[in-house]
Amino acid sequence: MGYEGIGASVRRREDLRFLSGRGTYTDDINRPHQAYAVIVRSPHAHARIRGIDISAARSAPGVIAVFTGADMAAEKIGGLPCGWQVKNKDGTPMAEPPHPVLAIGKVRHVGDPVAVVIAETKAQARDAAERIAIEWEVLPAAATMEAALQPGAPSVHDDVPGNVCYDWHLGDKAAVDAAFAKACKVARLELVNNRLIPNAMEPRCAVGEYDAATGDYTLWTTSQNPHVIRLLMGAFVLNIPEHKLRVVAPDVGGGFGSKIYHYAEEAIVTWAAGKLKRPVKWTADRTESFTSDAHGRDHVTEAELALDDQGRFLALRVRTLANMGAYLSTFAPCVPTYLYATLLAGVYTTPAIYAEVKAVFTNTVPVDAYRGAGRPEATFLLERLVDIAALEMGIDRVEIRRRNFIPKDAFPYQTPVALQYDSGDYHRTLDEALKAANWDTFEQRRAEAARRGKLRGIGISTYIEACGIAPSAVVGSLGARAGLYEVANIRVNPTGSITVFTGTHSHGQGHETTFAQLIADRFGVPMSQVEIVHGDTAKVPFGMGTYGSRSLAVGGSAIVRASDKIIAKAKRIAAHLLEASVEDIDFKDGMFRVAGTDRVKSFAEVSLAAYVPHNYPIEELEPGLEETAFYDPKNFTFPAGCHICEVEIDPETGEVEVVNFTAVDDVGRVINPMIVEGQVQGGVAQGIGQALLETCVYDEAGQLLSGSMMDYTMPRADDVPCIQVGTAVTMCTHNPLGVKGCGEVGAIGAPPAVIGAVVDALRDYGVRHIDMPATSQRIWRILDAGRQRLAAE
Amino acid sequence: MPKVSLTVNGKPVSVEVENRTLLVEMLREQLRLTGTHVGCDTSQCGACVVHVNGASVKSCTILAVQCEGAEVLTIEGLAAPDGTLHPMQEAFREYHALQCGFCTPGMVMSAIDLVQRNPQGLSDREIREGLEGNLCRCTGYHNIVRAIAAAQVVMHGKAKELPRAAE
Ligand code: FES
Ligand code: FES
Repeated sequence: MGYEGIGASVRRREDLRFLSGRGTYTDDINRPHQAYAVIVRSPHAHARIRGIDISAARSAPGVIAVFTGADMAAEKIGGLPCGWQVKNKDGTPMAEPPHPVLAIGKVRHVGDPVAVVIAETKAQARDAAERIAIEWEVLPAAATMEAALQPGAPSVHDDVPGNVCYDWHLGDKAAVDAAFAKACKVARLELVNNRLIPNAMEPRCAVGEYDAATGDYTLWTTSQNPHVIRLLMGAFVLNIPEHKLRVVAPDVGGGFGSKIYHYAEEAIVTWAAGKLKRPVKWTADRTESFTSDAHGRDHVTEAELALDDQGRFLALRVRTLANMGAYLSTFAPCVPTYLYATLLAGVYTTPAIYAEVKAVFTNTVPVDAYRGAGRPEATFLLERLVDIAALEMGIDRVEIRRRNFIPKDAFPYQTPVALQYDSGDYHRTLDEALKAANWDTFEQRRAEAARRGKLRGIGISTYIEACGIAPSAVVGSLGARAGLYEVANIRVNPTGSITVFTGTHSHGQGHETTFAQLIADRFGVPMSQVEIVHGDTAKVPFGMGTYGSRSLAVGGSAIVRASDKIIAKAKRIAAHLLEASVEDIDFKDGMFRVAGTDRVKSFAEVSLAAYVPHNYPIEELEPGLEETAFYDPKNFTFPAGCHICEVEIDPETGEVEVVNFTAVDDVGRVINPMIVEGQVQGGVAQGIGQALLETCVYDEAGQLLSGSMMDYTMPRADDVPCIQVGTAVTMCTHNPLGVKGCGEVGAIGAPPAVIGAVVDALRDYGVRHIDMPATSQRIWRILDAGRQRLAAE
Repeated sequence: MPKVSLTVNGKPVSVEVENRTLLVEMLREQLRLTGTHVGCDTSQCGACVVHVNGASVKSCTILAVQCEGAEVLTIEGLAAPDGTLHPMQEAFREYHALQCGFCTPGMVMSAIDLVQRNPQGLSDREIREGLEGNLCRCTGYHNIVRAIAAAQVVMHGKAKELPRAAE
């Protein structure tokens, strides 16, 4: 056994089961006497339901039941709730139209669930679903934000005329206007932040079960946060009290945000299981995932940066339209507001910022958080604008950043957009990235590529993000309808092994390894003595789950707090056993020692005494050794860093190859470097995907054109380069581990670095910005237009 | 219903299937070999890759009845009976080539076939091109490429032990 504590690249404990095909994903779960559900979905973006004829489906072979929205309404099943209320500029609440589990009266996007068929086999359910006859009155659709905001546009929700969910702002408008009035340079940018489809490799799945003898319900589901699902579904949708509802999120095949939300299918299978007294399973086909998993991003933005004659940022003004889709998904309203506009200071000292965000309903799939959530949008806008300002003022891209960085002695640093950064050293991450990427010798590589007939470019981004979400009182004041603490329960077993129950959920992040390392470090026991349990509301006391890079910063901190309680109690037991005073007991490397003596008791001996309390301070202490901690963070955490990308473009085809990618990130203290590197690499690949390949396309009628993996371009192995990752750490100052978070930095930092590189490669073609994805077609058009211009001159 | 007889992970089996039953459905639903996954419905993702008569096949793209008499190997049958991992499995663990694990069975089965078909050895570029049929959303592929590069050395008998990843 090598060193297993903090800082060791311990190989993952979860891998053996995944590598031998013995993981348990939701679709691997089959309950006795299980029936299968298939959902009938709207083929139209916007239509009234004139009638649904289920008779042919009902009598098809193997069919057990067919339910529609009317059946659920008759039982007073609630709509899917929204977990965050944003207020308009005038203080009034956002529009919050109902989101029925199965459509009632009208459908609002392609894929909107209309009915469910439950049969003995999946094939029978699928066959019967084809026999459901729906009479539609097809309505004109508001497929884009532009269409939805036109006067006289179709109303996605009849009671939200104009389709505006909210019109929100943040910052000091007067100060920004004043700064612009005296600016010597204004850089402007209009951009689209492309809509993405998350596409975790495991399609969503839900299995509901009801035990008629006890009245208990169980839902197995592909979720990043089973307690949140239990709370939302139990309290707001199905009216099942929490003690009668167990939600299990077993092994989950990736989430990236898309598995945070409470989805209709979870409620459908749970409710149907109760009605039919049989387990009911639903598994998404990938095509269904495209039209039923929440999408991400989708902003249209105008931004202006005011600068003085030295290139120092004076003020930033931003106007954004953010697509909500047809309904409010669980956390959708907070993404383009509190996770976006609050990040617009970036790593810079811009003194005045004003942002306006209008959220718009459209006849498309709901949009919610996707890896990075709001922060990639803010970073892309800001970093592109900084590049454009540098270009237009003739200042080097690195130099303009340096001139505007928040200096490392300025922390804690209060930004003009509400956040207070606790720590960071932006010059250092920049310097290390420049060095690792050989920035200084780039022109040689550009020239060498030119000799091969290739256009080579380099791009840089210096980003910050806010994660480790979040202080409950703060988010509560901003409209969150939940607290965002995390929970750990540590059970020391009688012989000294340790079981940790965490409210976070691992779906690729390797918590079973990282958290076990933490415990091994705290208690001086081998990792083999530690078990990490997550993902089951029947086992874990409570928890808010995993998203927003919060698991270690918030969940890990809860584990530390619970560990401290265990050690405090164990010291008192040890003091009794060693006949010493508790102040004299030291705990180190798994041993309790009377300071300065060789009188010791092992952790296992003390544990045993707690459970077999024959010689025990029973007057003062309860037996047993188990503690729970709820940790509510004091602040967000602020990972930051520098990403550098090099591309080569083939001028004949417009094809882009990412040839180098370097990331140097400050993610706070690193527990397992191997896992951190993997998280960054995965995030960077998704960032490259957004920048070069991925985009969700609807036509004017609201039909999804990029509705399969043949039409939506996922990054493949030969689309991404070798990704060089480094860390340059400053400690988070307000959590006990000093950790910040690493899950999202790649997806946040990469897109502007990639696009910066593409624009740099095309610098001779008069390009100052190119929207994502920079596909070969888009680039070829720029090249072609440039060649024609040259020929004409 | 037609009956198909084949060998799965070295064991002869006979299964009643529908004409339309896909190999992956038979493996997952009837034989309860749930290690083989389904990630798409357009033959794009490769989560379902198994070996049929020694070659990698997307098991969502072949009917069970086409496998009459075939030898099928799934991820469950890869390790030695005593539990010793195949070098490719070992390499994926050593090089952190998996995160959520969902793409992993298909990725490992594809990688083994790729290496076996290329006894001359593969460059990183060739490995990336060879993985064209397999999607991973978690890892960014970086560590998958490293794992396969390391495993091929052992699989081709050029080293006894898997080269260790740097700490
Ligand atoms: S399941 Fe995607 S290729 Fe077979
Ligand atoms: S490890 Fe999650 S998809 Fe590859």
